[in-house]
Amino acid sequence: MSRCLTERSIDHVVLERDDVASSWAGRWDSLRLLTPNWLSRLPGHCYEGDDPDGFMTMPEVIAYLASYADKISAPVRPHTEVTSVRSDGDGYLVTTSDGEWQAPTVVIASGPYNCPDVPEVAGALPPHVTSITPGEYRNPDQLPDGGVLVVGAAATGIQLAEEIKRSGRPVTLAVGGHVRLPRMYRGRDIMWWLDAAGVLDERYDEVDDVVRARHVASFQLVGSPSRATLDLNALQRGGVRLVGRLGGITPDGTAQFSGSLLNQCTLADLKLTRLLKTLDEWASGRGLDGEAGPPERFEPTEVPADPPLLLRLRAGGIDTVLWATGFRPEYPWLHVPVLDAKGRVRHDGGVTASPGLYLIGANFLRRRKSGFIDGVGQDAHELAAHLAGHLDRLTIVG
Amino acid sequence: MSSTTTPVDNGVNVEFLLTARQMLTDQPEGAQFKWRVTNKWVNGTHSRSTVEDFFGLGAEQAHRVKFEFDGDHPELFSSEDQGPTPVEMLLVSLASCLTAGVAAVAQNREIQLKSVAATLEGDMDVRGILGIDPDVRNGYSKIKVTYDIDADASPEDIKALVAQSQKRSAVYDIVTNPTNVVVEVV
Repeated sequence: MSRCLTERSIDHVVLERDDVASSWAGRWDSLRLLTPNWLSRLPGHCYEGDDPDGFMTMPEVIAYLASYADKISAPVRPHTEVTSVRSDGDGYLVTTSDGEWQAPTVVIASGPYNCPDVPEVAGALPPHVTSITPGEYRNPDQLPDGGVLVVGAAATGIQLAEEIKRSGRPVTLAVGGHVRLPRMYRGRDIMWWLDAAGVLDERYDEVDDVVRARHVASFQLVGSPSRATLDLNALQRGGVRLVGRLGGITPDGTAQFSGSLLNQCTLADLKLTRLLKTLDEWASGRGLDGEAGPPERFEPTEVPADPPLLLRLRAGGIDTVLWATGFRPEYPWLHVPVLDAKGRVRHDGGVTASPGLYLIGANFLRRRKSGFIDGVGQDAHELAAHLAGHLDRLTIVG
Repeated sequence: MSSTTTPVDNGVNVEFLLTARQMLTDQPEGAQFKWRVTNKWVNGTHSRSTVEDFFGLGAEQAHRVKFEFDGDHPELFSSEDQGPTPVEMLLVSLASCLTAGVAAVAQNREIQLKSVAATLEGDMDVRGILGIDPDVRNGYSKIKVTYDIDADASPEDIKALVAQSQKRSAVYDIVTNPTNVVVEVV
């Protein structure tokens, strides 16, 4: 956004609580992007390293973003925490740990991952069980020796279930809604396909149900050099036990799992097949069938016939519960009435109902790629145009 | 999706559902429903349940007519078999919820249904309800539902109808997930 504003000669500052890209620090040790490096295109910048098909580690992502900030001379004010944004006449008053700003326009870019979205049921965990969120997790060594219940089977859940199982601990994975994808398809990375076939470009105002689309779980992908597909079948082959979605924890410390595991897996398998058909049709239409490998279909998810519905945590040897249940944004500093009943910013493709106040960097903000590094640039261009139009109108009226 | 030019008609008013969805998104208070059943003991294990009114869209509502259901146990249980067992009625609930869902999803996806038949079977170890073994649960250890559907769609798309129906089914949710049940005596 800063780069787009600079291009339009719109005077601005970028307020950052810590340092550039610091929200990418404090992740677990083995984490890599699940998108290939070439798919991190930013306005006026792209990956220039020697591993375009590889997957950046977190230090590499931080360096990439920091070098971008330098390259575009982004006017960043680091170590500046925003404590309040409120309306002020035609604009906004922004209070920070280092003084106040008045601005006709404000862009909220604090990201969708401000705090872990741990379900209420976590409060019922018996005291002997260690409760940990992905933000606190670094590697298996910090966990007690016993069994681990990983709750949630999206990207974080499957990655950590696999890593923790490899450490020798028994792992049980509670599976709700999820998006199954192969890492490689017909010889190319699945993200190449989603990008090339335009799946990532689907617009928010063109999908049937944008609310549902914005809540789709993160892809079951991992950015590992081996380019392994880490689906539920692979996890089970590695010894991870599957159970249904966590429904409750009884007062005597028994975890209850949904009886819907089979249908959750069926839904994911059906969606995958539909997607692959779409990609195959696109490839045929573009005459790519010659150069791509033959169409592939993947084995249905093997679902245990009678997955446990109850698990006595103590007797079942569960020493740790890892809440891979996602994150949600938080705006304790936002005092403009643009939040909905759930504390999320209400917006139309990033434009809020409060003139001059914008949101960027959220899932499916404007397109399916909006939540990816590669997708933010187009949102920034479009919102910067809207913002510039707003400033022009203010100037005319004022 | 239909192979002919006649519009798909499974008898589901999808436009109404979509309108309702929009309206209730803007006014969630209207979405708070209460479904009710009254029940009176007749004799032995036989009781009769009545369904007539419910609450929704901010007001008391009534069914078109009063519905009555007898519940009992079979003669094998030394009862009089005046009606199906409660656990069979649970399967009736699940079947009607899932089948209604199949029709609604098919209508929304413009798939013409020709016939939809479901067979349901629940496994139960009656040592649970007889209190013989505390490790045996009272209810079903497993419920199996088999759908046989003839429709203008591929087998894959038909499977997807059934999967989507489960995803949005109230009874499926009640049966597969924990639900609070509060019983008071006045």
